[in-house]
Amino acid sequence: MIESLQERIRDAASRRTALRLRGGGSKDFYGNALRGEIIDTRGYAGVVDYEPTELVVTARCGTSLSELESLLEKNRQCLPFEPPHFGASATLGGCIAAGLSGPRRASAGALRDFVLGVKLIDGRGQALSFGGQVMKNVAGYDVSRLIAGSLGTLGLIAEVSLKLAPTPPEEITLQLEAPQARALELMNRWAGQPLPISATAWHRDDLMVRLSGAEPAVRAAAAAIGGETIDNAFWGGVREHADGFFAGDEPLWRLSLPSTSPPLELEGRQLIEWNGGLRWLKSKMPASAVREALRRVKGHATLFRAADKSAGCFAPLEPVLERLQRQLKGAFDPAGIFNPGRLLAER
Amino acid sequence: MGSALPVVTALREFLPERAILHEEEDTRPYECDGLTAYRQLPMVVALPETTEQVQRILKTCSALKIPVVPRGAGTGLSGGALPAGDGVLLSMAKFMRVLRIDPLARVAVVQPGVRNAVVSEVAAPFGLYYAPDPSSQIACTIGGNVSENSGGVHCLKYGLTLHNVLGMRGFTIDGEPIELGGEAPDAPGYDLLALAIGSEGMLMVVTEVTLKLLPKPKCARVIMASFDDVEKAGAAVADVIAAGIVPAGLEMMDRPATHAVEQFVHAGYDLQAAAILLCESDGTTEEVDDEIARMKAVLERAGATRMTVSLDEAERLRFWSGRKAAFPAVGRISPDYYCMDGTIPRKRLGEVLTFIAAMEQKYKLRCPNVFHAGDGNLHPLILFDANDPDQLHRTEQFAAEVLEKCIEVGGTITGEHGVGVEKINQMCVQFGAPELELFRSVKSAFDPHGLLNPGKAIPTLARCSEYGGMRVHGGKLPHAELPRF
Repeated sequence: MIESLQERIRDAASRRTALRLRGGGSKDFYGNALRGEIIDTRGYAGVVDYEPTELVVTARCGTSLSELESLLEKNRQCLPFEPPHFGASATLGGCIAAGLSGPRRASAGALRDFVLGVKLIDGRGQALSFGGQVMKNVAGYDVSRLIAGSLGTLGLIAEVSLKLAPTPPEEITLQLEAPQARALELMNRWAGQPLPISATAWHRDDLMVRLSGAEPAVRAAAAAIGGETIDNAFWGGVREHADGFFAGDEPLWRLSLPSTSPPLELEGRQLIEWNGGLRWLKSKMPASAVREALRRVKGHATLFRAADKSAGCFAPLEPVLERLQRQLKGAFDPAGIFNPGRLLAER
Repeated sequence: MGSALPVVTALREFLPERAILHEEEDTRPYECDGLTAYRQLPMVVALPETTEQVQRILKTCSALKIPVVPRGAGTGLSGGALPAGDGVLLSMAKFMRVLRIDPLARVAVVQPGVRNAVVSEVAAPFGLYYAPDPSSQIACTIGGNVSENSGGVHCLKYGLTLHNVLGMRGFTIDGEPIELGGEAPDAPGYDLLALAIGSEGMLMVVTEVTLKLLPKPKCARVIMASFDDVEKAGAAVADVIAAGIVPAGLEMMDRPATHAVEQFVHAGYDLQAAAILLCESDGTTEEVDDEIARMKAVLERAGATRMTVSLDEAERLRFWSGRKAAFPAVGRISPDYYCMDGTIPRKRLGEVLTFIAAMEQKYKLRCPNVFHAGDGNLHPLILFDANDPDQLHRTEQFAAEVLEKCIEVGGTITGEHGVGVEKINQMCVQFGAPELELFRSVKSAFDPHGLLNPGKAIPTLARCSEYGGMRVHGGKLPHAELPRF
C-alpha cells in the first residue's frame, strides 16, 4: 500500500500534477481553496503499535480518529490535546495535518507537543522517517513537529507516533456568572495557581471551568472555585462546534492572541477558550478590519469557516518568514504538488 | 586557516575592543564546551552586548563567508559549541537580562544568556516557576537550552524546552530579524519555532526567548524505593505508568552510581540496593497524598525492598541532590568519564542494562548508570583515564556500541544532549541518506552557505560512508590522531 502511494506521488511529481491529500474529508473546509487529484489515505489504516505502559501509540494515517480514541479509552488513556473531529469520518492523518487542538490545549499542550515521530512520503515519493516512539529525541531537526499543522503541504503523513496521557479519573464542569473582562482575569489568575483546571470557556457572561484529575484534588478545587455543576458534554459541543454559538451563516473567525488581552470590541459574537488565548468570532466584519484588530494585540486571525475565503484563510506572514516557509516547502515538495495553496497562497 | 585580520578589522568598526578577542590567551577559554575531549581554538571570539551588534556581526560574517558558532555558557555535552578554527565564536554571555515577567500571563521574556535557574528564581515571588531543569541548571543558559532542546528530571510530566517556549526572536545568518511563535498560540504557517528549538544553533541566532511559567505546585514529595535487582526496578517504572500515574519525576540510579554519589553529597541513599528509584509526585496536597499512596502500592507490588517518602522539603531536596550531583560525583571517582544520552522505549530497559553490563566486561571499563527512567532516557557514565590512549579508544567503542543498541531497540542516540560533533557518526546509523539529505535542505533554507555552526549535528553522506567503512573494519579507526569524543 505504501509503495502504491509512493508510486502515485512519483508519477504526479514527474507530471507536475497537483495532488489533494485527503482522509475522511471532515476538514475540507479548513485552509485555502483545495485543488488537485484526490489521494484518499483511508486505505492505509490501522494501529501499528500500542503498549499502554509506554504511553505511546503509533498508527497509520487512515486510522479512524474515533476508533483510535475508543481503543485508548479502553486502556484509560487519551490524546491529551483533545483534537476536534469535525465529523465522524475524521482520520488520524487529517488530525495531525490540521494540527488543531481542543479545549485542553491551554493546560495540557498543543497537538504538536505530543507528536513523537512521523513517517512521511515526500514530494519525491521517498518514504522518510523522523523522530520515533520515545519521549525525548533530539537527533536531527524536529521535522515531525514541523509536519503537525502543515495541512498536507509538505508530504503525505503515512504514520505517526503520539505521546498519550492517562484519562483523568475524575472530571467536573462548573459554571459561574462573569462579564467578559472579569472572566478573562479569573481564567488567567486561576491558570497561575496550582489548580487541576483542564479547560475554560466564556460565552455571554457565563464562565465554564473544567476540573480534571484525582478525585480529592477535583473536589477541593471545585469548592474553591464555586459555581454550579453542569454536564461535561458542554466541552464536546465547543470542541466539535456543535454548540449553538457556532450556528448561523456569518463567517467564523479563529482569533489567536495573548490570553490576557482585554475584551476585543468587535462586531458580532464571541466565545472564548484557552484562558482567553483563543476567541471564536462569528461576524460579518470585513477581513481586513478583523486582521488589523488582532495585529494590534499581537495576535492573528484565521478565517476558519466561511463561504468566501478570498481574504485568505491565514494571516499574512512577515516577508522573511514567508520566504523561509516557501523554501521549506520546496525542500519537501520540489515539484509543488501537495495541496498547493492550501496553507501558503500560490504565486 | 585564514587570517583573523580581515574579520577583526571589520568587527572593530562597530564593536568595542573589549568585545573582540583574538589573542590565543584570550580565546583559549572558548576552545571547548562541556565535551572537553574536543578542542579547537576559534579564530576570533565576539562578545556582543546589544542585538544590533549581533545583527552586524552576522551581516559581517556572512558577507565575508566566515563561519559563526553561537555559544551560551558552554556547558553542552555534545560539542555543539565547539568553535570553528576559521570562524567567529559568538558568545551570548552578555545577554543576561530578564526583560519582562508577566505573572498574570505567566510568561517570562529573557535574553539567551540568562541562566536556567535564574528564571525560576525571578518567577518565585509570583508563585511561578520554569519547568525544564537540566542538571546543569545553575550554569547553563536559556539560549543553550533552546539550542539543544534540553530536558531535566521532570520532563515526563512537564515536557522539554520545546514544550515550555512560547516564542523567540533572533536573526538568520544573514542578519535578517525573525520572530517565531509568540504569546498568541498557533502562529500561522509552518511551526518554525518547533523546528528551531533543538536545532543546535544551526538555523538561527536567538536573542530573546519567551518562556512559559507554571504555577509552583503547592506540594511535592518523593518516594525513594530500593530494589534488589535492576530489571525489577525497570519493570516497576512500567508498572507506575500502567497504573495511570504520570509522576512529576521518575529517576533511577544503579548501585555504582549511588555509591559514587553518596560519598559526594550524603543524600541518604540505600547503598545495599541494586538500584533505587526516585518517584516524585507534585500538585495540591490532596493530589500528592493520593498519588503517593497509589505509587507506594505499585512499587510494593513490583518488589521494592525499602521505601522512604520525603517528609519535608529539605528531605525532598536532599533525595534529589544526589541525582543532580551524579555527574560531578562520578567525576571524583574517575579521572575522566564519558556520559551517554540514549533514549529507549521503557520496556527495553532491562535488555539494554544487561547489554551495558556485558559491554563493561568486554571493554574492561566501569559504567555506573543514571536514568531519567520515566522517559527512557539513559545516562550511562563510562569511567576511564584519558591519559591512557587504549582506555580512551575502548571508551569510544563502548559508547558507539551502546548508542547503536539504543537505535536497534527503537530508541535514539540522543535524548537531550544533542548530536553536536560527538554523535555525528551515529546519525548515519539512525538515519538513512534520504532523511539526512532532507535535513541538509532544511539547513539550506535558513543558511544557504552553511555558515552557522558548520559541521555539527547533520553528517555529510561522505562522512557516513567513511564511518560505514570504519564500522566494517571494526577495531582500528583510521585517522587515530583525530579527537573523536
